Amino acid sequence: MKRLALLAATLFLSTAALAVEPQEMLKDPALEARARDVSKGIRCVQCQNETIDESHAEIARDMRILVRERITAGDSNQQILDYMVSRYGDYVLLKPRFMASTLILWFGPLLVFVIGGFVVASRLQLRGQAVAPLTPEEEQALASLAEASLSDSGDKAS
Amino acid sequence: MAETPATAPAPKRWPYVIPLVAILALGGVFVKRLLDIETGAVDPKLLPTVLISTPIPDFDLQALPGRGQALSRNDLNGEVSLINVWGSWCVACAYEHPVLMEIAATGEVPIHGIAWRDEPAKSLGWLAKNGDPYTRVGQDPASKAAIALGVVAAPETFLVDKQGVIRYKQNGVITRADWEHKIRPLIAQLKK
Amino acid sequence: MIIELGHFSLVLALVVALVQSIVPMVGAARGSAALMGVAKPAALLQLVLVLTAFFTLMYAFVTSDFSVVAVYQNSHTTKPLIYKISGVWGNHEGSLVMWVSILAIYGASVAAFGGNLPPTLKARALAVQGMISVGFIAFILFTSNPFLRIFPVPENGMGLNPQLQDPGLAIHPPMLYLGYVGFSMAFSFAVAALIEGRVDAAWARWVRPWTLAAWLFLTFGIGLGSWWAYYTLGWGGYWFWDPVENASFIPWLTGTALLHSAIVVEKREALKSWTILLAIITFSLSMLGTFIVRSGVITSVHAFAADPTRGVFILTLLAIAIGGSLTLYAIRAPRLQVGGLFAPISREGGLLINNLLLATGAATVLLGTLYPLVFEVLTDNKISVGAPYFNGVFIPLMVPLVLLLGFGPRLAWKRGDLAGALARVKVAAGGAVAMVALSLLINGAASVADVGGAIGLGTAMWLGLATLSEWADRVKLTKSGAFARIGNLPRAAHGMTLAHFGMALLIAGVSGSCAWKQERIQTMSAGQSVEIGGFTITFEGVKMVQGPNYEAGQATMLVAKNGKTVTTMHPELRMYSDPPQQLSYTNVHTTFGADLHAVLGEAQGATESFTTRFYYEPMTPFLWYGVLLMALGGLVSLTDRRHRVGAPQRAAISTGAALPAAAE
Repeated sequence: MKRLALLAATLFLSTAALAVEPQEMLKDPALEARARDVSKGIRCVQCQNETIDESHAEIARDMRILVRERITAGDSNQQILDYMVSRYGDYVLLKPRFMASTLILWFGPLLVFVIGGFVVASRLQLRGQAVAPLTPEEEQALASLAEASLSDSGDKAS
Repeated sequence: MAETPATAPAPKRWPYVIPLVAILALGGVFVKRLLDIETGAVDPKLLPTVLISTPIPDFDLQALPGRGQALSRNDLNGEVSLINVWGSWCVACAYEHPVLMEIAATGEVPIHGIAWRDEPAKSLGWLAKNGDPYTRVGQDPASKAAIALGVVAAPETFLVDKQGVIRYKQNGVITRADWEHKIRPLIAQLKK
Repeated sequence: MIIELGHFSLVLALVVALVQSIVPMVGAARGSAALMGVAKPAALLQLVLVLTAFFTLMYAFVTSDFSVVAVYQNSHTTKPLIYKISGVWGNHEGSLVMWVSILAIYGASVAAFGGNLPPTLKARALAVQGMISVGFIAFILFTSNPFLRIFPVPENGMGLNPQLQDPGLAIHPPMLYLGYVGFSMAFSFAVAALIEGRVDAAWARWVRPWTLAAWLFLTFGIGLGSWWAYYTLGWGGYWFWDPVENASFIPWLTGTALLHSAIVVEKREALKSWTILLAIITFSLSMLGTFIVRSGVITSVHAFAADPTRGVFILTLLAIAIGGSLTLYAIRAPRLQVGGLFAPISREGGLLINNLLLATGAATVLLGTLYPLVFEVLTDNKISVGAPYFNGVFIPLMVPLVLLLGFGPRLAWKRGDLAGALARVKVAAGGAVAMVALSLLINGAASVADVGGAIGLGTAMWLGLATLSEWADRVKLTKSGAFARIGNLPRAAHGMTLAHFGMALLIAGVSGSCAWKQERIQTMSAGQSVEIGGFTITFEGVKMVQGPNYEAGQATMLVAKNGKTVTTMHPELRMYSDPPQQLSYTNVHTTFGADLHAVLGEAQGATESFTTRFYYEPMTPFLWYGVLLMALGGLVSLTDRRHRVGAPQRAAISTGAALPAAAE
């Protein structure tokens, strides 16, 4: 289903006009590289889920040109992003800023990992303790089990 | 992830309820979202306006050739005004236009136009055909003013007070109801 | 008349599904073999009826019967036959019919081949399948009927977006659905097991092949979609982290976790309630993926908004399916018997960490995908979460997973020997370090991309060598009789090696294309040349050509390397007529280890010069080899003898029960 929805949305646009056109580009390769970099972080405000760098929309082109003008005028990358946010809000940033309302977004994965890791560790510890004091009979049972086991891959218990 | 250890006296039940609670919360969000979309309370295509209550950004646009009355930031001082972003290529603008003509006819507020991403000849032809409600009109061929104003799609209309501060923004077409119930009362209030 | 036959079949299928969802369930509760026996013929009959509906719809598309709304809206007489057929599932209504068809295929397979399943488990699992069928067939009939007619009959159809007229994309949805829907088997078995209150090694062994099948289709399906984007969108992008892609990737991650945790249940009877939860969640996410994404709730495409009943219906359906199964889980899971014990350093321990990382990864992608929606509902403001977030958060999570993947398979069950395992991966570690050094030497360390690319290649080398050496050690490749041992090694083991090695190739491909992709965008007139990735491309001009349903400007570009002509490329700028749309056809020249894309843009004014774009994609082909190997690994594993002959009787396999009880 990839991009089906997106394509339906852009059905009436010409898809041949692909993103950055040669005449938009800056002469200085270093500055142009910066412009591409900044453009890849700005979302096209008229499109589905595209950066202005890859978008065919006219407003995206105008925004790309603006980015290049600002770079030529000496703005830093951050200044350009800040300008866009001041006009269109946080929506234009593909990489959300750190703020109170995005704390869960940025630290959620870490939280999931830490809590999950804690649960796993506590279970393993419990198991580790429980497994430790094996009687000789149990050791034997385990060994014979390992041999008889249907295991295809882990027969390294010997 | 929780295997209850056999050594524990009684299995804890609550961890097993977490997935259910999480999915119910998510379901609640989905339902609210769907209702918002279907009742029209939220239009998912619109971006929230960030410039409300801030001074309108600086811009200086050229007049349409032969029409005179260019538009710049400084022209907006001293009186309440509407700024309408439009284009001759814009279908919805044609739909909105009669309402703008009616507003202009009341004489209550000057409407300035920003001819967005258009050729001057086409803009002029369009005004000649559909009528010209605008006091001042500036050309914005490369979206300079449009981006500064955070415009996404035409038509968009800004209500600016005497100090040049944006007080209201209409995303999309102004209907008669919008004018009567939202914009007109606001203008009356701002004029005081 | 034939159309009505299809419609009628679907109505009958609904009735049969109702019977299938109730009678066997009652039978299992009462211990009535006769009532449970209804499940099998019901599932088979349902397959016949649903397929009748599906092929009727296909007939309408193939014969261009524009009296059917779905055909009128999505087809056209000038479309090549293959796209008339794929048009069946290229729209909302038809894709739902395919969805329930695949569901019926899986259900009938259990009915037909599940002879050795315990009767109650089989009856309950098929009843759950029946319930899913009832929900979705009802959804089709009441809100999305593909058999609706229009009158007067239109002259011709509205056509299909030409960008979607592509062989890769034609089979992409069926593959994806075979994956999504395949997870319904794990779901049904999980719910059945919860009702029975029993999960054991035998259960895992019955569930695993179905999960494996679903996983391999989903892997292939996602890969296919990605590949389609790569060679049609014109600039070599293959993954955009957009909601539609994420919707297929999240169940892939949890499905991969399920595949591995089910091994632990099968071998060691541990991680039972977690595995059950994964089974429920994976199919739930599959349903979310297929439906919520298209409902307009996440993206702003108004797929359902035109008909509010659809959105309400689907949410109710999902609430019953997901909410119901998780409620059952909350009640029953705490009582599941605890299985085998293991030390932290062991195969189980490794697989547990694998699951933790995969689950965290899935949670991350889900969080990033849903965050804008939740944010907007709660704050009335909008944010975007795009590729920079996912790349920044997801990729670091995968690095420890890949490191673990290198030596995890060398750990023994129950209690592993970490030092021993680490000692055996020395070669792989050395290879990885050498790879990083080699990359820095050749590509330099001037930029973040160079360093990141070097680390990526090193990681790929680590995983590749570790995987191959584990396989080599296991079959004692250097000693005599290795051939016999290779033959004797279970297919599942070969499958694992293939899949893990595929993963290594995938990492290499992604690293190479991210770090060292090159592009050239310029205006060219005939005779001019451009250098890229060691190739010299000479533009020879453009001529008009006629395609089956389009007209195109076709460029000729000579590609030379070291002064010798390698190939001639012909990118086109196409103008389709139905519907009228301009489309750029990218020409890709592939060598074993790199791809070259050539794209023709528009003419500049009245001159004979054109915008041209070239992209050099180093190592990206490895990404596609990797995906293919992963899917192949799944396939090889699926042909394992133990899966084919089916599971042994429950008593025989429940070796976990023989574990010393005192140890608990």
